[in-house]
Amino acid sequence: MLLKTNGQKLLGLIIVFLLLVLLMCASIVYGYTQTSWKMVLDAFQNNNGSNEHIVIATVRLPRALIAVAVGSSLAISGVLMQTLTKNPLASPGIFGVNAGAGFAVVIAVTLFSVSNLQAFAWISFLGAAVAAIAVYIIGSAGRDGLTPMKLTLAGAAMSAMFASFTQGFLVINEAAFEQVLFWLAGSVEGRKMEILINVLPYLLLGWIGSVFIASKMNVLSMGEDVAKGLGVNTGFLKIIVAIIVILLAGGSVAIAGPIGFIGIVIPHLTRFIVGIDHRWLIPFSGALGGVLLLVADILARYIIMPQEIPVGVMTAIIGTPFFIYIARKGFNAR
Amino acid sequence: MNQYKSFRKLEGKVSFLLDKKAIFILISFLVVTGVVFIVSTGLGDMKLSPLTVLNVLFGGGSEMEQLVVQSFRLPRIIVALMVGIALAVAGGILQGMIRNPLASPDILGITGGASVAVVSFLSFFSDANNSLTVSIKWLPLAAFVGAAVIALLVYILAWKNGVSPIRIVLIGIGVSALMQALTTLMMIMGPIYRASQANIWITGTVYGSSWNNVAILVPWTVVFVAIAFLMAKNINILELGDDIATGVGGRIQRQRFFLLLISTALVGGAVAFAGGIGFVGLMAPHMARRLVGSSFGALLPVSALIGGILVMLADLIGRTMFSPLEIPAGVFTAGIGAPYFIYLLFKNRNA
Repeated sequence: MLLKTNGQKLLGLIIVFLLLVLLMCASIVYGYTQTSWKMVLDAFQNNNGSNEHIVIATVRLPRALIAVAVGSSLAISGVLMQTLTKNPLASPGIFGVNAGAGFAVVIAVTLFSVSNLQAFAWISFLGAAVAAIAVYIIGSAGRDGLTPMKLTLAGAAMSAMFASFTQGFLVINEAAFEQVLFWLAGSVEGRKMEILINVLPYLLLGWIGSVFIASKMNVLSMGEDVAKGLGVNTGFLKIIVAIIVILLAGGSVAIAGPIGFIGIVIPHLTRFIVGIDHRWLIPFSGALGGVLLLVADILARYIIMPQEIPVGVMTAIIGTPFFIYIARKGFNAR
Repeated sequence: MNQYKSFRKLEGKVSFLLDKKAIFILISFLVVTGVVFIVSTGLGDMKLSPLTVLNVLFGGGSEMEQLVVQSFRLPRIIVALMVGIALAVAGGILQGMIRNPLASPDILGITGGASVAVVSFLSFFSDANNSLTVSIKWLPLAAFVGAAVIALLVYILAWKNGVSPIRIVLIGIGVSALMQALTTLMMIMGPIYRASQANIWITGTVYGSSWNNVAILVPWTVVFVAIAFLMAKNINILELGDDIATGVGGRIQRQRFFLLLISTALVGGAVAFAGGIGFVGLMAPHMARRLVGSSFGALLPVSALIGGILVMLADLIGRTMFSPLEIPAGVFTAGIGAPYFIYLLFKNRNA
């Protein structure tokens, strides 16, 4: 634990938020179209309709806001998933949200010829929710209810199934493949502000809910029996957690497509900084998740300029070494 | 009647115990494999009765029948059979070695490595007119190299005073995710025509197999499957856990390395010619375990046959049911595999 007292943690949280704001500005300023900090100010104060100003107001700003919203939602749902499944490498993807959303979008494109990103958002939200609910039901079938192991297995199986059906549909329909390929990689590019505004209420609900259940999550992390002994209704709590994860992860997929690794990496990083108290863990993770996705997104613009790498690929490239580090470290002790 | 029959030869140097029930099941599956093989050779655009097929196989039949069976169907079906066997045996080995029913070649990133190699091959060796600058014949080699390199990488990364099963799985999952991201990246950057070609490969199909493929794949698979059968007793011991395995005198690190090597070789060969046919490695050993129990001496052969049957059937359905459209076999193995897997989960819900 890096920060020990509450004062330090509060200061740390403020610093992270400042960093987040700074990176948002950087995300607005830097990119293929040359802009300067001054131009950004101008764009908001007196937009003269020049090319740069339009780019800033309609492309860069939504993109930065979306990166923050998606990054923090994924990170928070990662924290919740890791506590719920007692698995240090769990991520929102385990609920099958990414695969479910991908499948729904591909079905919509191939069978109903839907083609705009706006529609993709709702369809993928629906797909994510259906997959997550199915995983939850399969995972909690049987006498002892939802166990971490069953949940993980059910999620892996459902994801694999949806993924291969998606693949099958794409093989048959090449035109659709072209359309959804970029979406399937996960990207915050080219999303309009309306998509964010449409999904924002669900994300907000998830953020607020996760802060409210933080203290209960602390109890749950001590183990099911202890939590029950201390008077927590664990069955009810698990359902609430599942709903919040679906709202957050489903909403993120709806906006940006499947983006991996943030939900795994950030909770660990945050635990290293503030320890295991969820009341600090959740807000910190949220802020750091936004920071990571912004950084990944800015880097993605520069690596193979003028083309862009989908940010989902970027997070995988940044996240994998970290993942391997955790896997090696975490299982040596036992 | 005793359930087991023991064999001792050369003053006990060669000895094994035969499970009569397992032998019976093994023989039945051999028969089923033969039947599926022959029926599937007969079905397609031109339908032949099983008897005609047998006749053609032994040199009879009209010239047309000879052509269809020998040039088009046989190589493809033999490749399907071999791929199924290889994947099933590799899956069985990995499940025993890692002691996790979820283990499969896909999870360890072996298939993912092959995918990246194939996509890179297709995009790096394309010129401006979208035609390949090197012969497509090298594609299997690229896939194999990709699979082997990633398997080695996972092994090295998981090494820390020896390799523990759980670390291998975790690192494999991480590396596969990275491979998936790289595959997507390559597809997006390359021309779209190549991307859809690569996508078909990733889904897994035995379309377009030739006798050349058969000539490489059959000896490769047979040799490594034979080695796997010989090592079956070591897997039995590894499955008891590291402590017990060490206690009874197993050299676990060395055995683990060899087993991983064998399964990589098997998966590499299968993936090279048929792409990422999923779920066979996961499903076949589970089915076999139901039938003959979990002793690997019987489990591996039976799951090999089940794997062969599954891929042959998947290919048969893929090329006949939606004709003239060809659906890759991988779609069907996943279509059967995933629900079966969920059924397994549901069945063991109280375990």
